[in-house]
Amino acid sequence: MSHEHAKTATQNACKLCNPLGACLAFRGIENCVPFLHGSQGCATYIRRYLISHYKEPIDIASSNFHEESAVFGGSHNLKVGLKNVSNQYKPEVIGIATTCLSETIGDDVPMILREYKKEFKNGLPMPILIHASTPSYQGSHIDGFHAAVHATVKALAVKGSRQRLINLFPNMVSPADMRYLKEIFRDFGVAFMMMPDYSQTMDGGPWGEYHRIPPGGTPASAVAGSGSATASIEFGSTLASEKSAADYLDVLFGVPAYHLPLPIGIKGNDRFFSLLETLTGEKRAEKYEDERRRLVDAYADGHKYVFDKKVIIYGEEDLVIGMVAFLQEIGIAPLLCASGGKSGLLKKRIEELVPDVDELGIKVREGVDFVDIEEEAKILQPDFLIGNSKGYTMSRKNKIPLIRLGFPIHDRFGGQRMHHLGYRGTQELFDRIVNTVIEQRQNASSIGYTYM
Amino acid sequence: MEHLGILEGRQKQILEKRSGMTQADIACDTSSLSGSVSQRACVFCGSRVVLYPVADAIHLVHGPIGCAAYTWDIRGAVSSGPELHRLSFSTDLQEMDVIYGGEKKLYTSLIELIEQYKPKAAFIYSTCIVGLIGDDIEAVCRKVARETGIPVLPVHSEGFKGTKKDGYKAACHALMQLIGTGSTEDISKYSINILGEFNLAGEAWIIRQYYEKMGIEVVSTLTGDGRIDAVRRAHGASLNVVQCSGSMTWLAKEMEEKYGIPFIRVSYFGIEDMSKSLYDVALKFPERPDIMEAAKQIVSEEVKTLYPSLQKFKKALTGKKAAIYVGGAFKTFSLIKALRSIGMSVVLAGSQTGNKDDYARLREMCDEGTVIVDDSNPVELSKFILEKGADLLIGGVKERPIAFKLGIGFCDHNHERKIPLAGFVGMYNFALEVYQSVMSPVWQFAPRKGGLQ
Repeated sequence: MSHEHAKTATQNACKLCNPLGACLAFRGIENCVPFLHGSQGCATYIRRYLISHYKEPIDIASSNFHEESAVFGGSHNLKVGLKNVSNQYKPEVIGIATTCLSETIGDDVPMILREYKKEFKNGLPMPILIHASTPSYQGSHIDGFHAAVHATVKALAVKGSRQRLINLFPNMVSPADMRYLKEIFRDFGVAFMMMPDYSQTMDGGPWGEYHRIPPGGTPASAVAGSGSATASIEFGSTLASEKSAADYLDVLFGVPAYHLPLPIGIKGNDRFFSLLETLTGEKRAEKYEDERRRLVDAYADGHKYVFDKKVIIYGEEDLVIGMVAFLQEIGIAPLLCASGGKSGLLKKRIEELVPDVDELGIKVREGVDFVDIEEEAKILQPDFLIGNSKGYTMSRKNKIPLIRLGFPIHDRFGGQRMHHLGYRGTQELFDRIVNTVIEQRQNASSIGYTYM
Repeated sequence: MEHLGILEGRQKQILEKRSGMTQADIACDTSSLSGSVSQRACVFCGSRVVLYPVADAIHLVHGPIGCAAYTWDIRGAVSSGPELHRLSFSTDLQEMDVIYGGEKKLYTSLIELIEQYKPKAAFIYSTCIVGLIGDDIEAVCRKVARETGIPVLPVHSEGFKGTKKDGYKAACHALMQLIGTGSTEDISKYSINILGEFNLAGEAWIIRQYYEKMGIEVVSTLTGDGRIDAVRRAHGASLNVVQCSGSMTWLAKEMEEKYGIPFIRVSYFGIEDMSKSLYDVALKFPERPDIMEAAKQIVSEEVKTLYPSLQKFKKALTGKKAAIYVGGAFKTFSLIKALRSIGMSVVLAGSQTGNKDDYARLREMCDEGTVIVDDSNPVELSKFILEKGADLLIGGVKERPIAFKLGIGFCDHNHERKIPLAGFVGMYNFALEVYQSVMSPVWQFAPRKGGLQ
């Protein structure tokens, strides 16, 4: 695409930085404090950003670099920081993610952690220290998320005799999605290890007393058992094998890895439920048949509203891929699939789900920002946009309605409780899309129809 | 209740006021302890806050994507015209840039952005990494300024080189480069600059209107609804009126030294301080008694309508307790007075960046038993909120979930607010917001109130 203006700077980014994803993932481990090795600002900005979506306290510690640390290395700050966090939060796990600062000065974090363990052996229980390398000048928040998941498995998983247990790596999905996934596994009557699990830590109840660390999350002991599972299911299809926790367990402990795109839409969920049936030898519970039946019925009831609608979808690559598969089922071929991520796999993976992507005129672009997307929108003239709250600026400017999903949602209420996955999540998404169309039509009509 | 400890090394930054005791000064002005979950941000944050409202300049963040992404359109600073400040520009440095340097990318980005958006000036913020890889951003800025003919101002805001306060200073330094470059012709002798007012939810417009009604010319607002041309002629004003003393006192002092402009410190929150900020300005122009008369007239008219409207809130809120934790200490003084005027007492008062004098004054103002904290964290804040039985927390977005989790009301008094809290009308809005949050029936279900867990 030729730009109206030459464009080197990123304008209104369609991505966040690497350490943010790591902090969120670490928040999904039980009794874990996320810890950023860098300047104070990184932790504060990321906390503020996560709060705007999740509306939950999220304590992220920082090693608080100052000039001396930048010159002489951050080793001292990291050690003092770990000690203070251990004293104040009494965590079982500290999830340490690096920043551009500590990565650029070349701090050898694994070595510092080894030294720390030696120096502070003082009788107190030593928290498990997990280190994820997340320089902000590489990739985006989703890479940090996967890096933290991978690092956690690598640090904790051990070999054991095979158990009837399934590992689930759900990707960066909502707390509501996580709760639903757990419900599915429970209904299959199979033991599971889902990591991360911030369904409670990022969407929990009120507190009668202050919790240093909110209750919930995947216990470290459960992650340790992931090496003896029957299988791993990993949602997402743009993750390189060396960064995949499921592939790590496959290679090291022979736990077979199954990669599925995020299960959105009927076909995606049929695949997911069939896989669960195969792995567990159990039939899905009747309630999921019901959910599926209701969804098929809803597709029929609503099909005329949505058929051939023109949309632009943006967000993390895996979310975009899952959504394209769903939209295709209801007669929507997105004009543009866009992501700030740059795996190099976005088009390929969409083609696997929608083979006639070129004939349908679906445009796929990686590594874009919202000014790129807006320029496309001006030409493509979509009926609506689908993605997170960051698209609101261009939505308002160009008068294109925005259907909000994913992360972050900071201009609507309840983003953390929104479902995207499963038949249930698809149902919610479908209802919202249909309602957006109906609302648009109703508003555009001068008659004021009450039955739409 | 679980015993919540104070971190070793933090004790000196906390004190509880006891009468009849000589107490050591609170420790402050230090950098945050490693491993504490400080509510502070970094140098970059300080600079970005101060310059953010300048609406006809582009703000380019030189560094990896995070710093720009997290500050995109996050503040409630509004503009009456251009809105370039609401866009987010980043050089989005990648690994290769870190290795080979980012100067070229910075240069190209600037040339393109200036061509595309035609700004009146450009601010270039350096982030942590730029401080390490040693890009000569001064040289790039000079070159681009030469080629484009607009001021291109480096802001040395590497995150790790100090605290948020150093960021304020870096921002003020950039503003100083602009001040003095515009014409001061036609500026009245009875004129001021409003410093440290960021036009959150249109607050600067409210304040400006009061001063203009008094017959005072407002030359420039730094930086609310800010315009480069107005900043350039700020040296033509006769007086600098400084709010948010933390961020702008340095600029006021520089302007005093360089241009001989005196300054006063004011606050626009609460009836008492708002009125005082009009009187104090009038007092600086004694040869014009009509200015003081006008100020008195404004105060009398405003208070006449405001005071009765506050009584409903006062009746409901009398005896309720508040905790305050905000960025600058100066604001806490006004908030204590404002809360008292609606019947509330303050049980916890603290700030991210207060200095020794601020805390001494705070201690003087506070009731006995009030806890005073510097650079606090969520664990400490929660501990004191629960121990002191606060009904309200005043803070920013980072403090909000603490209040709601613990089942108490909250008032956002930070840069993201969407409701004006300054001026007389702001006092009404403040009381209304506090009332609506504290008196909400939803708290009956909070565990604190015996609601079922």
